[in-house]
Amino acid sequence: MTDRALVVVRAGALTTVQDRGRPGYAHLGVPRSGALDAPAAALVNRLVGNPPDAAVLETTLNGCAVRPRSTVTVAVGGAPCPVSVGGRPVAWGAPVVVPAGALLEVGAATAGVRSYLAVGGGVAVEPVLGSRATDLLSGLGPAPLADGTVLPLGAPAGPPARVDGAPQPRPPAELVLRVVPGPRDDWFTARAVRDLATRAYRVSAASNRIGLRTEGPALERARPGELPSEGMVLGAVQVPPDGRPVVFLADHPTTGGYPVIAVVRAADLPAAAQALPGTPVRFVPVRRR
Amino acid sequence: MRALHVGDDALLVEVSSGEEAQALHAELLRRRAEGALTVREIVPAARTVLLDGLADPARWASELTTARVPTPPSHARELVELPVRYDGPDLAAVAERWGVTEREAARIHAGTEFTVAFCGFAPGFGYLTGLPDRYHVPRRATPRTSVHAGAVALAGPYTGVYPRSSPGGWQLIGTTDAVLWDHTRVPAALLAPGTRVRFVPVEGA
Repeated sequence: MTDRALVVVRAGALTTVQDRGRPGYAHLGVPRSGALDAPAAALVNRLVGNPPDAAVLETTLNGCAVRPRSTVTVAVGGAPCPVSVGGRPVAWGAPVVVPAGALLEVGAATAGVRSYLAVGGGVAVEPVLGSRATDLLSGLGPAPLADGTVLPLGAPAGPPARVDGAPQPRPPAELVLRVVPGPRDDWFTARAVRDLATRAYRVSAASNRIGLRTEGPALERARPGELPSEGMVLGAVQVPPDGRPVVFLADHPTTGGYPVIAVVRAADLPAAAQALPGTPVRFVPVRRR
Repeated sequence: MRALHVGDDALLVEVSSGEEAQALHAELLRRRAEGALTVREIVPAARTVLLDGLADPARWASELTTARVPTPPSHARELVELPVRYDGPDLAAVAERWGVTEREAARIHAGTEFTVAFCGFAPGFGYLTGLPDRYHVPRRATPRTSVHAGAVALAGPYTGVYPRSSPGGWQLIGTTDAVLWDHTRVPAALLAPGTRVRFVPVEGA
């Protein structure tokens, strides 16, 4: 079955293989990694009949183009974008058959940042610690796609789902992040805690899979220095010396010494993955569940 | 012991020393092994242990603040011996700071039994404790843009071995041929929190 493969024709700005990541190894310094917009990755897998942990491609802003060596079912979701097969427009957010040798083009996102391409059978690169995800912090998993990369595909697991145009949330015009205060909010002045909740921030262009960086008022520290290194969680709002909060995303370091003022609710992180630079960000403190 | 809530389903348990953090980590692993604790990650660090992905953080917060944590016997933990050549470019500076010769500095380091306090920075990078306070050294004022894999290094209270080539600000005192990280090996990491480590000098530097 060596013809079950995808040839990368245009890798795009940054396209990586992603799945549900490799949780459970943080004590060895291994980030969890995995698709930043996990619900979008799960949906496109469902559309092509894959199990939810199958590996998909995650594009960044300008899509990618691939040529399958055998006829495959694909689906594109996440950030909305034009999709075409052999130059003819096809549906976004629905299963599409791509004949062997035809060019599948995932166009530039018309909103949001990251589109997801699932292929029936999933991308079958060799797993590392149980996951095929590319981890850009530690370098685990396959390298980001390059033009000419050949990706093996698995055998299709089931028939494509009978859902056309499954509903997907629109990328946010304003990113509202609910945050549970702490664990190190006492390292900040009362004013900084108030600033985080009330002042306007914007998504910084320096954001990546490791963290959503923000621009806005610097949060003032009540104590100087660094903490002894401590464990970090997904969604941690870490405040480096420049005072601008950084929201940790999937490739975040497992330990760190800058204080975490609050933690973003897990349910709000997929929207963070789709927020373009310049998008207004509002941090809304909520009580712990 | 103080348990801080981290978001909806994690706890950061703070203790007062690295030894207590190691003992707490061992105790939490024991409780997980016997099925009493269901958690996605247990991440020890310098003065804390993070429990991430807890089903019932409130219950564990109250339980852990009153828990008695026994110090595990050290011989129960795995001992890894790392062959080392004390040939690092910062060995002379470290020896001078310690007030000894390079040969003596190597002897002091090789005569110490270390423990992996925690991991981080890169997969397989362990923060090893064991050097007495008087041998702690600062980081280099200017980090190197590239440190080779296998470099044995010192910073603050810690010794570490770079698992792969990367930038680094630690003082380099030696080199090991041991493979710290190999994702095709089981286990991938040679050093895990709690592992005891000895550096064994080899000839032919």
